[in-house]
Amino acid sequence: MHALVPLPVAVPLAVAAVLGAVGRFLPRQVVDAAAILAAAAVTGVSATLVVGTADRPLHVFFGGWRPHGGLVPGIAFDVDPLSAALATLAGALTVAALVFAWHYFEEALPLFHILVLLFLAGMVGFALSDDLFNLFVFFQLMGIPAFALTGYRVDEPGPLQGALAFGILNTIAGSLLVLAISLVYGRTGALNLVDAGAALAGRPPDLLVTAAFGLVVSAFLVKAGVVPFHFWLADAYSAAPAPVCVLLSGVMSDLGIHAIARVHSSAFAGTFAHREAEVRAILVALGVAGALITAVMSFLQADLKRMLAFLTASHAGIFLAAVALFSPAALAGEVVWVVGDGLAKGSLFLCVGFLLHELQDGDELRLHGRGRRLPVAAAIFVVGAAAVSLLPPFGPFLGFALVGDAAGALGLGWVPALLALAAAVSGAAVLRAAGRVFLGLGDRDDPLLSQQPQHAEREEPEDDVRRPRVALAAAGALLALALGLALVPGLPRHAVAAAAQAQDRHALVEAVLHGVPEPPASAPPQHVGVAAYAEGLATTAAALLLALVGLYRRRLPRLVRVVAGRVAGPPLAALRAAHSGVLGDYVAWLAFGSGLVLGLFAALVR
Amino acid sequence: MTRAGRVVLLVLGLGGLLALLAIAAADLPAFGSVHSAYAAFARHAAYADRHAANSVAAVVFDVRGLDTMIEEFILFAAATATALLLRSTREEDAERAEDHGEGDALKLFGIGGVGAVVVLGLYVVAHGYVSPGGGFQGGVVLATAAALVFLAGTYRAFRRVTPQSLLEGAESLGVLAWPALGVGTLASGSAFLANVLPPGSIGSLASAGTIPLLNAATGLAVASAFTLIGVEFLEELFAERARGEEGRS
Amino acid sequence: MSVYPYVIGIVVFGLGLGGIAVSRHLVHAIVCLNVAQTGTYVLLLAVGWRRHGTAPILGGVPKGSHQVDPVVQALTLTDIVVGITVSGLLLALAIQVHRRRGTMDPDELRALRG
Repeated sequence: MHALVPLPVAVPLAVAAVLGAVGRFLPRQVVDAAAILAAAAVTGVSATLVVGTADRPLHVFFGGWRPHGGLVPGIAFDVDPLSAALATLAGALTVAALVFAWHYFEEALPLFHILVLLFLAGMVGFALSDDLFNLFVFFQLMGIPAFALTGYRVDEPGPLQGALAFGILNTIAGSLLVLAISLVYGRTGALNLVDAGAALAGRPPDLLVTAAFGLVVSAFLVKAGVVPFHFWLADAYSAAPAPVCVLLSGVMSDLGIHAIARVHSSAFAGTFAHREAEVRAILVALGVAGALITAVMSFLQADLKRMLAFLTASHAGIFLAAVALFSPAALAGEVVWVVGDGLAKGSLFLCVGFLLHELQDGDELRLHGRGRRLPVAAAIFVVGAAAVSLLPPFGPFLGFALVGDAAGALGLGWVPALLALAAAVSGAAVLRAAGRVFLGLGDRDDPLLSQQPQHAEREEPEDDVRRPRVALAAAGALLALALGLALVPGLPRHAVAAAAQAQDRHALVEAVLHGVPEPPASAPPQHVGVAAYAEGLATTAAALLLALVGLYRRRLPRLVRVVAGRVAGPPLAALRAAHSGVLGDYVAWLAFGSGLVLGLFAALVR
Repeated sequence: MTRAGRVVLLVLGLGGLLALLAIAAADLPAFGSVHSAYAAFARHAAYADRHAANSVAAVVFDVRGLDTMIEEFILFAAATATALLLRSTREEDAERAEDHGEGDALKLFGIGGVGAVVVLGLYVVAHGYVSPGGGFQGGVVLATAAALVFLAGTYRAFRRVTPQSLLEGAESLGVLAWPALGVGTLASGSAFLANVLPPGSIGSLASAGTIPLLNAATGLAVASAFTLIGVEFLEELFAERARGEEGRS
Repeated sequence: MSVYPYVIGIVVFGLGLGGIAVSRHLVHAIVCLNVAQTGTYVLLLAVGWRRHGTAPILGGVPKGSHQVDPVVQALTLTDIVVGITVSGLLLALAIQVHRRRGTMDPDELRALRG
């Protein structure tokens, strides 16, 4: 099992390298097949690791540099069911994206496939790594193919703008991470998270420690797209080709939150032990605020990809708030939610890609009623929207239920309520779009919604009837997985057990630094209560209601409309104006955001 | 947002951020007195275990080899991505541009210089684990040699010595060496990228186990990748020139 | 004085970051990004310096002397390569922006907003 761990990183890299040399001379099908096989191998090996680490995590030390006298000189991967699950998600979404791209990207072959495989390797390594500088390196390996792929359509203005914003903001985030590494290394002399955590745990945190954590949080929140670090995400995800969005939205953003959780629990939880409530307060506040603001932005979009981009940012805020509860049930719930949500978002993006190809447009208003003859796409779109709106028994709902339990146990019951509200608002946007596009409901225009320049993902038209079916089949498969995930027997219990182990710092220190194996994971059976089902259904119902309001806004009583306009008008206008598209503004927000995060930590956590 | 608004936001954010970081840095050990057990371990591992006289090379290619492997692939990604982003039907465009090279003094310097730079680059790569230098540094020097060909000669001469397939093949070979070695050591029962070759005698070229191999592979990959990126940009430049000339005529 | 080098690194980072935010030319913005990254290298290397330290190589340096930290040097080396590759990519994007949009002013790229 140890030997399997490097493979999900090494295999896509090796295949990409080979394609770099000979890909140009190989027939199209061979390149496609090689890439899909590599991604499938990653998925299979990662899934095996999920099951294989159910009892205790695997600690693999690269180069054979084993821990030595309390020091961890080599680079370690910490493989547990939760991180392996994220790696599996990355693999599965890559397979779907590559299947969708079959025949869709005739030009620039095999460059597209090479970059996708490198992106996959980066995501897997980022999910599994236990070393702070190694996390930075994988962070960059994730970022560079990603923003290059975002700029794929160089002939359109949107992708260039999106790719520039993506590249520059993510690189600045990387620099924030390097600053944090300097501080941590200067204090502890360690780069391994568990090693650093053991060194930091002795004393209460001073400004150096809190500043380092603040920098790490800021850097990963840029990646995840939580307010106010999220501006680049809307531009980039609306400009990238649909199969790339599947990867960006389905898993890359959420890996940022996972990294915060891991860095916190391994390196900073010890020193923050008496300040946990303050740290929780800051992160939950950031998460909830971000979730609600971007959910509202999502509702104000007519461009489907941009709408889903804001939905992704909103969910990243949800996941941040969830992990910030710092309990095993919350972490387990968050990972289950991420996986289910990632599959659902992936299928939604594939549907949008399908619409872009078939109907040459991706704008809700311009597509009014034009989807009437696409029942399969409609079904997948609606079910996907319902899944992200926490419809039981899908994956997102199950995750929400676990998080709700955790919050309730901490007396923070209002947190899941707000998270559900955010999910309802962004889900409502997608349901509204479904109603408009596939059923022709609502008006043909709505000045409330922002529109973007028309773009189509046209490729050389081939009279290949199979292609649309392949795309929808991939989308449907992802959605089926989101449902199937929740039906796996005992999943909540195993997830919570794995999370408890991941958060058990003492056992981790013993295992990593001294080679003492962890006690086997165990947790009491988890039951999803009736109350949770009711909450999930209520959220979905709320989303439907909001969608209808969105469609038939003009039929509301005049008084309601005038009051709403007076109250909500100015803030919404300001919110929209803030999303100016201008790079300099985004960088200023990043500076402000990181100053704010560091300031909050410095003030409250001492 | 207005420019003034942006500046306000920036000053507030940066001011707070930098002030807090500066105060946090005051909590670091004084400059020059950071004692790191990791550093001592790395030096010992380099000199005593691996017989590599350059301990930085030992850290880069052995102790933290995974970082370097990924970073090689980042370079590979960048070269691929540059090709992707600058793609268009430029090959024919670029060929049509006026391409008469530079003055005689530069040509003379280039003729002498290219050979010397190549030798220097190979030397720096080869002795990377014995003295300061290594695959990265030497690889960049080698890429500079290619650039010298362009500067001292013509664009067409440059393209003749930098054939696309050869460069791509060399780059792929250089980066592929890493996962290949890793899987190899994995299959033979050791850890991924374990240094399984004999350490030899310190200070000589025959030392440090697998480090010379990875060092050479890195040199190859870096030289090819930077040359490829240079090719992409130059092709773009000449295509632009050709378009400009056509616009005028 | 002993915190001075650390602060220099932080200030250089800040200058670079500020430069990007107020930049009027994409190439200037990308160079500012490089400047910001250089600031982080300075901090990283400063953390690894040892008083009266020499280069961490055996042979050619005085025997018995302290040596500086090779680990941060290795990290910085990796970091520099990553930084260069990103700059190359961003410059390629800048070229496309210039070609397709006829401008190099980031403030004028507002195709996506709202």
